[in-house]
Amino acid sequence: MTARNKALLYIALIALSLLYLFPVVWVVLSSFKDANELYAWPPRLFPKHFTLENYTTALEEGNFGRYFLNSAFVTITSTLLLILINTMAGFALAKYRFKGDTFILIAIISTLMIPLEVIMIPIFKVISWLGMYNSYWGIIIPPAATPTGVFLMRQFLLTVPDDLLEAGRIDGASEWRLYTRVILPIATPVVATLAIFSFMWRWDDFLWPLIVISTPEKYTIQLALSNFIGQYDVDWGSLLAMSVVSMIPVLIVFLIFQRQFVKGIVMTGIKG
Amino acid sequence: MRPKSYVPYVFLMPNLLIFSVFIVFPALFGIVYSFHKYDGLNPMEFVGFRNYASLLQSREFWEVMRRTFVYVVTAVPLIFAGALLIAMMLVQEIRGRGLFRAVYYWPVMISFIIVGLTWKWILGDSFGVVNYLLERIGLEPVKWLSDPTYAKLSVILATLWSRIGFYMVIFIAGLQSIPQDYYEAARIDGANRIRTFFNITLPLLKPTSLLVLILSVIEAFKQYPLMMALTGGGPGKATTNIVQYIYQTGFIKMQLGMASAMSVVLFVIIAVFTVFQFRLTRGGAIE
Repeated sequence: MTARNKALLYIALIALSLLYLFPVVWVVLSSFKDANELYAWPPRLFPKHFTLENYTTALEEGNFGRYFLNSAFVTITSTLLLILINTMAGFALAKYRFKGDTFILIAIISTLMIPLEVIMIPIFKVISWLGMYNSYWGIIIPPAATPTGVFLMRQFLLTVPDDLLEAGRIDGASEWRLYTRVILPIATPVVATLAIFSFMWRWDDFLWPLIVISTPEKYTIQLALSNFIGQYDVDWGSLLAMSVVSMIPVLIVFLIFQRQFVKGIVMTGIKG
Repeated sequence: MRPKSYVPYVFLMPNLLIFSVFIVFPALFGIVYSFHKYDGLNPMEFVGFRNYASLLQSREFWEVMRRTFVYVVTAVPLIFAGALLIAMMLVQEIRGRGLFRAVYYWPVMISFIIVGLTWKWILGDSFGVVNYLLERIGLEPVKWLSDPTYAKLSVILATLWSRIGFYMVIFIAGLQSIPQDYYEAARIDGANRIRTFFNITLPLLKPTSLLVLILSVIEAFKQYPLMMALTGGGPGKATTNIVQYIYQTGFIKMQLGMASAMSVVLFVIIAVFTVFQFRLTRGGAIE
């Protein structure tokens, strides 16, 4: 590449970065402005009177702490459950020969064809019958089984030699013990990938909570935000503050596990 | 030593239970509902294909489908081109590659609700900073969210901002798997950049391109939360796509049978693309 082309490339990349960063930066800076300045014309980039007022309002009047905890509970529980049941299924499909194994694998992967969007009406009915309507379990349990997770685990374990398990069996270890003491530690990369993606899916999820949850005290952050923004008289101050806070957990996860994300996408090519 | 034969079934049990209860059964129920008149409270009434027949005759349904198609065929090529272009810039020998990649990828992590909210805040008709900037450079302010055409454009903008980074990562992986020798050879033959792109990059990138196309098409068909936060599906119904329409028909109008018939139509569309995706990735692995 010539020096001139290289310079042009950098200019393009930097200009694009500014375009990419601007919306979030603007939201963050706006969230520290007081009510007058928020709608001031002309708008200023930096708040003139830096204030945390929007954050305290969101906490005290907007009940934001509650939504945050709801989201945290749902995200963490669902992620643990997801890791457990999908690695178990992946293990069974990779390391045992049994009747119907191929059929089960194909059946599990085929469920990718049925996204939540096309079954939300009957899902709602099933959830109600099971008494999970308006319960956290209704958003924790159903999305915990994911074909992507089972498939990733299975593919990974196919590369692990069976001798490890045989050795354990000769020592008299139970199959469950083999799973927890041999398989899970080996599968750390898969577990990490699943954990990160599940965290993002559940934290950002909107449709499941929308279908399952009805009372405001049980709202997750996304559901609360979507409700507030649909109101006629939007309180932008606390809305922006809530958005900023709710972006932080995924930002942290992203910064720590950036590489894992890239690998995960390349491995699966699947979101949600 | 052989493990007992029931062992694998025990390991599979929780998964299969959830898959059957929350995916397979609902999918079957959905098909059953679609042949019934059902308001969720009173007993179902079998109506045969009548729901499908009235769907086909419903001007509103066709309008929603047309709108959804327009959204898909606008968003997907732009996502494709944008993601490929950025990926090609980022595979060059440059400094700060990881940083740039992180910046473009970062919106992928943000929920659609917050993406919508963020863009609503900067595109707001009367207080939005974008209109302020337009005025500063001597242009007329634009009704980004209250004019139907501009509202559609705003939705596309927000979609691009939030999704390009995801497909960029897939393209980067695809580009990196193209052997450098090909480019070397093209350079020696004196091929220019454009010819190199069309004769080497694009053909060798075909599996990746197909994957990106199929994934983004499926995703675009399903999009709802973004519109929910950005425009609420409005103004009027200008940005109400199929999933939102199903939701409204089922949960607000309480026409569960009708909504299920629409879901079946959406399922067929998505299923076709998913089957393509399986073929392409052999069930998810593209290494």
